[in-house]
Amino acid sequence: MAAGNPEKIVGHSPQRKEGPDKVLGRARYIDDYEMPGMWHGATVRSTIARGSIKSINFPKHIPWDEFVVVTAADIPFDNYIHHILNDHTCLACREIKHPAEPIVLLAHPDKQRLHAAVEAVQIEYEKLPGVFTIEESEKMDTIIWGEDNTFKSYLMEKGDVDSVWKDAAYIVEGEYRTGAQEQLYIENNGVIAEYSETDGVTVWASMQCPFYLHKALMELFHLPEEKVRAIQVETGGAFGGKEDYPSVIGSHAALLSMKAKRPVKMMYDRMEDLAATTKRHPSRTRHRTAVDKDGKLLGGEIEFAIDGGAYSTLSQVVLSRGTIHAPGPYFWPAIRVSAKAMATNCPPHGAFRGFGAPQSIFAMERHMDHIAHVVGISPEEMRRRNFIKTGETTATGQLVRDDVDMQKLMDKAFAESHYYAKRKEFAKTNRTSVVKRGMGFACFFHGAGFTGSGERYLASIVGLEATPEGKVRVLVSSTEFGQGTNTILSQIAAEALRLEYDDVIVQQPDTSKVPNSGPTVASRTAMVVGKLVHSAALGMLKTLTDAGLREDYTREEFLAACAAHIHKHGALKVLSQYEAPPNIFWDDQLYRGDAYPAYAWAVYVAEVAVDTRTYFTEVKDFVAVQEVGRVLHPVLAKGQIEGGVAQGIGYAIYEKVVWKEGVMANNQMTNYIMATSADVPAIRVFFEEVPFQYGAYGAKGIGELPMDGPAPAILNAMEEATGLSFNECPVMPEDVFEAMTGAPHSEEQPVITEPAFTGAGRR
Amino acid sequence: MRSNVSEYELIAPGTLKGVLQTLADKPGEYLPVAGGTEVMVMLGVGRLAQKKLISLWGVKELRFIRETETTLTIGAGATFTDIRKNKIIAKEFPLLALAASWTGSIANQNRGTLGGNIVNASPAADTPPALLAYDATVEIVSARGSRMLEYRAFHKGYKKIALEPDELLYAVHIPRRFADSFQRLRKVGTRNAMAISKVALAIVAKKTGDVVSEIAIGGASVREMPYRCIAAEAAVRGKALNAATIASARAALAGEIAPIDDIRSTGRYRAQVVCNILEDFLTELQNDLQHR
Amino acid sequence: MTQISFVVNGEKKTVDAPPMARLLDVLREHCHLTGTKEGCGEGECGSCSVMMNGELVNSCLVPVLQADGATLCTIEGMAHDGQMHLIQKKFLECGAAQCGICTPGMILAAHHLLEKYPAPTMEQIREGLAGNLCRCTGYQRIFDAVEKCGTGTAGTAKRGDEIDAFECE
Repeated sequence: MAAGNPEKIVGHSPQRKEGPDKVLGRARYIDDYEMPGMWHGATVRSTIARGSIKSINFPKHIPWDEFVVVTAADIPFDNYIHHILNDHTCLACREIKHPAEPIVLLAHPDKQRLHAAVEAVQIEYEKLPGVFTIEESEKMDTIIWGEDNTFKSYLMEKGDVDSVWKDAAYIVEGEYRTGAQEQLYIENNGVIAEYSETDGVTVWASMQCPFYLHKALMELFHLPEEKVRAIQVETGGAFGGKEDYPSVIGSHAALLSMKAKRPVKMMYDRMEDLAATTKRHPSRTRHRTAVDKDGKLLGGEIEFAIDGGAYSTLSQVVLSRGTIHAPGPYFWPAIRVSAKAMATNCPPHGAFRGFGAPQSIFAMERHMDHIAHVVGISPEEMRRRNFIKTGETTATGQLVRDDVDMQKLMDKAFAESHYYAKRKEFAKTNRTSVVKRGMGFACFFHGAGFTGSGERYLASIVGLEATPEGKVRVLVSSTEFGQGTNTILSQIAAEALRLEYDDVIVQQPDTSKVPNSGPTVASRTAMVVGKLVHSAALGMLKTLTDAGLREDYTREEFLAACAAHIHKHGALKVLSQYEAPPNIFWDDQLYRGDAYPAYAWAVYVAEVAVDTRTYFTEVKDFVAVQEVGRVLHPVLAKGQIEGGVAQGIGYAIYEKVVWKEGVMANNQMTNYIMATSADVPAIRVFFEEVPFQYGAYGAKGIGELPMDGPAPAILNAMEEATGLSFNECPVMPEDVFEAMTGAPHSEEQPVITEPAFTGAGRR
Repeated sequence: MRSNVSEYELIAPGTLKGVLQTLADKPGEYLPVAGGTEVMVMLGVGRLAQKKLISLWGVKELRFIRETETTLTIGAGATFTDIRKNKIIAKEFPLLALAASWTGSIANQNRGTLGGNIVNASPAADTPPALLAYDATVEIVSARGSRMLEYRAFHKGYKKIALEPDELLYAVHIPRRFADSFQRLRKVGTRNAMAISKVALAIVAKKTGDVVSEIAIGGASVREMPYRCIAAEAAVRGKALNAATIASARAALAGEIAPIDDIRSTGRYRAQVVCNILEDFLTELQNDLQHR
Repeated sequence: MTQISFVVNGEKKTVDAPPMARLLDVLREHCHLTGTKEGCGEGECGSCSVMMNGELVNSCLVPVLQADGATLCTIEGMAHDGQMHLIQKKFLECGAAQCGICTPGMILAAHHLLEKYPAPTMEQIREGLAGNLCRCTGYQRIFDAVEKCGTGTAGTAKRGDEIDAFECE
């Protein structure tokens, strides 16, 4: 160990890199920026779900000459936002495919004037009946996208499923559904765009993926790479909600800037952000499973369907992850997963932490409890008999090389949650108490990094440079939005170079200044990008040692060597590009092979209390145990799990999107309910570490993992507590009430009316 | 922010006399705004139709809590925090302190006023059930003088109150005769804090022996306005509490309420829960040995 | 337009603004104090929390006219003479800020809470912060930070030998 670095940095919890600015209120988010001559932009949106535009009129009572007005006619080339397929209309001109679809953009120097102008624009529509559910879409009575309303489908098979039924002691079926969920970052979407005829377009944004926005702008304006610049500013939460959406709002602001010939800021308010931007894909999963008399899985069929909204955007990738995670952390001798992403006339759904896995894992973990009850064994025994083991193959035929021990994780989770003691206690107290208590759990895994050949395709590049000021600067497009990117990448660089944590700084992600290290998604930043930072550091070291730096250098010697190199050569910059780990093979056609380079494994336990007088459910305690490779920063890692669990609790029992013909009717924070500090239980987090050879310092990804477990664990616990089976999340008190009182479950959404008193309470 | 604030006028005479004079000179022209926790939300979503407002914040004559031997009087400008801090309310009118404690957040409680909560007249408002159960009287003032009205007569329909265009709610008077009463309040919302009421029920009662000698029940979100549940009260007043009388009170409540389906909940759920709450409270009262 | 004066973070400011302008917007745009944030505009999320005359308020719900003559404190006023407030230090140590957008309001709310209850219980902490929504942390690290600001619990080292100044529990 070199003298300059007395203590290691990775594995400890240094202060968040941008922490001081955040606690001092100095961190600047997009709405904190003003630019000289800047105007403000707003969007006129469709009030129907499906149909066509007959006319757009601008009534005389608004002085339109003060405004800049942009419609589809102003789009210089093709009217689409680039994601994967190019079906996402930038501004509607003929067809309307979802409520809140953008039609007209307005800009004005005084943002106070915008709302009245937006309201004033008169649009006449010819309305058509819309399609709003997976069921309606798959019926194909009305075709709203492509030839069959299907954005994408997958078939994933292993073994001979058709032969398992005859030997089954039990065949268990189930249907499970999950609702839409809003990411609810506390900072709404916002951008500032500056278009210049000579210099090109620059967009500053609250976002996750600068190069996604960069690409979308290149395609919209037919500009070359170097004439487009996307710059991430401090971002107040994202969770996937700022993965693809910035391409939309960024394109809009850029169009306004182009026409206004000045910078334009577009900042959504909460109502608009809720109504118009992406949400988690609603899902429906059908299971049909063959088990032997001991509950051992013989084989099964899973039908997994997600609602993608009106345009394809990221649905095919969400579907992919959901499909691969559908079988859970179990060994299946034979399995068939058929999956599809359907179009509906809702605003396009998008990325939200977990990205398909929370949906399919919800179903699997509810179904495992269900099977256990049918077979007559305990839910934990059901898992123990079926956990996948090292050396076995997954549903895609991937050999599990990880030293995975789900039994041990389960033991730990049960011990920490006092699972057996509490179950025993609740069995007694539930007999007489009006508040029923129950314990439930979920077992799951989450693949880190892009699926299959995705990382190869991304071919991420990371840069490291020595600065004239004596720092080492990390150059990545990976963004910080609270999860700790800046901090862990600095730790990795500092440790690899044997410097101090404060010697490392991180370049603000600006596509003109950083290489493309890939999007900040898929729990890949620590594992993949961190590994590249590490290898770039080794590359920098080699450059310096080749030039004479001795092996056992001190920190001062290192910095002096950097200075000398800069003096001699002008700069010291190293790039490192992704190389896939050996033995990772994936077949995109057959959907088989090594789906992810690494998986995190977890067992989560929830304790719930269901009040049978108010039908209100509370989570009283939560234990999260996971094996994650290597914990790079204990405080940050705990924070990630705790935050994800809180979101998962919301997914289970609080966060319901109330749809009214494709419109989110409860688009205010007062009516879309997330947990407050008075609602979350203690969330107790435990890590196991089995270092992953190809991840930075052994790290695997953890960002999305915690989203997968809470909802099924909680609904399993609710079943234990009440004896009632809830197979759809979120479960609201009204649902518990209907189930408990044996009343027919209402399929209808609550109707919003002016108070009309029906006297419905009469008994 | 969906309003153009330049289009709005807000005046602040600063004294009660000044406010009343404006209301007398231009009745119905100026919407009174106290802590702003309702009005400013309307402004934010672009639904504040009234462009002229008159500020009650800082009008000292409205913000007080005073007591005599027989009556506690709370000024309409008293905030929820003022109410929570008051020792007499904590001791003798705990339901009011409780209601104040779960109205919005601490920040909202520092600004929201009792007067605003009453005059905004949402059927889901947090303080009315307790005020109804405490037989409150409201004092209404104008340049013409002042008048008293039973609070239970103040709400006339959905967001319709017994206030003339030149009048202002001045204070709420509560008789100090409940210190020995059985008192319960329960609110059921969407979560533990910061929740608009799905349903709430307050009960204040006394027994003589086993017989219910006094009872008052106030409900939120059970009708189009805060509601005194008179049928449920009649079912047990003067009777001994037992399974049969409690069941008839439950049935009476179910018959007199008419909760709606809305964005937060359903009428069926509200009806069931408020009846459960009543049943639980009356069962507690039945077993109560303390309050006689 | 009306002329409104208040003292913010110890400095007197006079602005010309429409009387119904939100205090939030006046602080951010006229006073250039952008530390106070807008998260919802409906008084639900608490990102806009400031101290007004010693009380925590949601500045998105205060018409600026009602702040005339008031003494205000925003996040920018929490640190003094280049020294972070204890709450800010503990937030840093305990990882209580992730994306940071709720952090200014949360720190103000914690400040208000600790002034009322110098050694708050978990119950009091949960209630005191219930008006400040945080989407990133699940609140656990924030509870830690506020507990450690309480008299009698601050700076408790939980492990034997390894006392790292930046580590929390």
